Amino acid sequence: MTKYILQRFLTAIPVLIGILFITFALARLLPGDPCVAMLGEKANEVTCAAFNARYGLDKPIPIQFAIYFRDVLRGDLGLSFRYGRPVTDLIIERLPVTIELAFAAMFLAVLFGVTLGIISARKQNSFIDVATMVGATIGFSVPVFVLGLFLAYVFAILLKDTPFSLPPSGRLSAGMAVPSLPATLGLEKGHPLYGVASFASNLYLFNAILHGDMALFRDAIRHLILPALALATIPMSIIARMTRSSLLEVIGQDYVRTARAKGLGEQAVLFRHALRNALLPVVTIIGLSLGFLLSGAVLTETIFGFSGVGRILFDSITSRDYAPIQGFTLITAIGFLFLNLVVDILYGFLDPRIRLG
Amino acid sequence: MVSQPRTVAPVELVVPSRRSHSLWYEGVRALLHRRSGQVGLILIGFLVLVAVFAPQLSTHDPLQVLIGVEANARRRTPPCIYAANRLPPLPVIRSFQCDPALPQHYFGLDGNVRDLYSRVLYGARVSLRVGFYVVFVALVSGTLIGSLSGYVGGRIDNILMRLMDIVLAFPSLILAIAINSALLQALDTSLLKTIINGLRRLLGFEDVGLLTALMAVSLVSIPTFARLARASVLSIKEQEYVMAARALGASHTRILLRAILPNAMAPLIVAATLGVASAILDTAALSFLGLGAQPPTPEWGAMIGAERNQMFTAPHLILFPGLAIILTVLGFNLLGDGLRDALDPRMKNR
Repeated sequence: MTKYILQRFLTAIPVLIGILFITFALARLLPGDPCVAMLGEKANEVTCAAFNARYGLDKPIPIQFAIYFRDVLRGDLGLSFRYGRPVTDLIIERLPVTIELAFAAMFLAVLFGVTLGIISARKQNSFIDVATMVGATIGFSVPVFVLGLFLAYVFAILLKDTPFSLPPSGRLSAGMAVPSLPATLGLEKGHPLYGVASFASNLYLFNAILHGDMALFRDAIRHLILPALALATIPMSIIARMTRSSLLEVIGQDYVRTARAKGLGEQAVLFRHALRNALLPVVTIIGLSLGFLLSGAVLTETIFGFSGVGRILFDSITSRDYAPIQGFTLITAIGFLFLNLVVDILYGFLDPRIRLG
Repeated sequence: MVSQPRTVAPVELVVPSRRSHSLWYEGVRALLHRRSGQVGLILIGFLVLVAVFAPQLSTHDPLQVLIGVEANARRRTPPCIYAANRLPPLPVIRSFQCDPALPQHYFGLDGNVRDLYSRVLYGARVSLRVGFYVVFVALVSGTLIGSLSGYVGGRIDNILMRLMDIVLAFPSLILAIAINSALLQALDTSLLKTIINGLRRLLGFEDVGLLTALMAVSLVSIPTFARLARASVLSIKEQEYVMAARALGASHTRILLRAILPNAMAPLIVAATLGVASAILDTAALSFLGLGAQPPTPEWGAMIGAERNQMFTAPHLILFPGLAIILTVLGFNLLGDGLRDALDPRMKNR
């Protein structure tokens, strides 16, 4: 198993370097002068020369790449022109927003998707099966931004003044105080763990649990439900269909019949024997969903007023802010690789044949 | 003597007719026997009719601002259908009822005082065409790249597929945003100008933003088709009939075009149908973000994007274009599902 994991790790390295190069190239390929984009009317030869020197844009492209590569290895992702701040600061601030959103969405998708899929497969052709499959087909076809707006309308307007009303924008209600984790831990700025603590601090749910702040937890959850639901619907539909069809396939196989024949109860057959194999394709879907979640995050974050990775990527691309484009794409790509690694390891865990193959 | 022709005739009739039942004939028949295929075809048929007869079905010019043209025309007026007044005031019906003194607008007016119903109808033209063009470009280039990669193999295969992997490593919408904004920035370069003008004339779209979005979404969709084509070609390449063609001295082009590709088409057709759905979705998402179709083009995503902050006061402006996108995407997804079941022999008898 260790060898298998190590092998997976090593194959990820060339892909990572490729992605580093591509993000760099892609950012430079975006036409338009960042100096003009940033300084606007104030852009002239003198100010642009100073601007380019400040951000290292006066050097030849290969040198810029070499410097960029060196800086990335040192953990320095550059300065954003737009915000005038280091990209690492922006990541500490924005990445937790999207992580929280994506995790909540994936949690909902897996929980409801797998459950509905199992029920559908167990009660094939029943009303609940047909309803789930019709629902999944429709759910798969609803654009994230349309669903997000519909949900906001239903829960913030139609159900206003009922117990079911949910806030349509922001991560917290106005006036909600968020305790600072670095302060609680007594970490000064400059402490090696300061960044990690601030990052964790911005994961509001985690932060609330850590501080035992139930009001904050409830408020953050209430704000998270609608965007997470909007983002979860498409993967939920895919997972429900996938679970159903692969479970149906597995249930017809010999070893399941054997398990039944030796007198195992229906629960044991289902959970110990059938589900373990039926969930393999579902795990693949989870691994493939990250790209979708990020694309969807641009839309949900726009609709629900979250300032996360999706939103900053969109803003940086449209304003030609190189460093955040590179930094956030890199983080995304690493996340993607990491998730696929987890998926590969899960495979090996679920199906021992794969680790040997 | 009388019975002899009877026994011979059926044999003669059955054998040739069996043979004429090609895979495609069987596929279409199987498709028509599936609920998803039926519903999908009906939805798409309906949308194509709407798109073709948009000028006849619409009540107004989709681009016309009705200020000064129509008395009492006010922005974001809710829907108004006189016929609804005769129905009982149930919750949904009530929202279409209005004072007969007001002008009739089936879906109401938008933020620029244009008739929403007519705009949604014309939107079908935009979205269906975008979907087909994107898939056409992606399917042709993807099949070309994929079959070349699979057939030739070796270093070319490696390079092409790593390229596709890298494109796939980026979230599709974010890559499309990047390509789209790069194209928009480079609009004044002469090469892109020529391409855009050519596309404009070829496709009949005036909207430059829509054209760049179309190009961006096409580029992003290529790897899916390339990988699929490669996988099919790889598996078919080793079949005996391909070897037979090679033994007969057929050229590589002939083997690829006549022996391999026709047999690799089934999964590509399924992917193309599903691809139309995702192309429409992606273009609508780009337009929603303000990068694709530009005003006044009646594109559903752009219509929603322009009015999204008015959701709470004028929900009809989100509802109708939103439903239009859902129905279109649903239609192509259902047809794709039906086709997959129909063309996949393993799914028979299920």
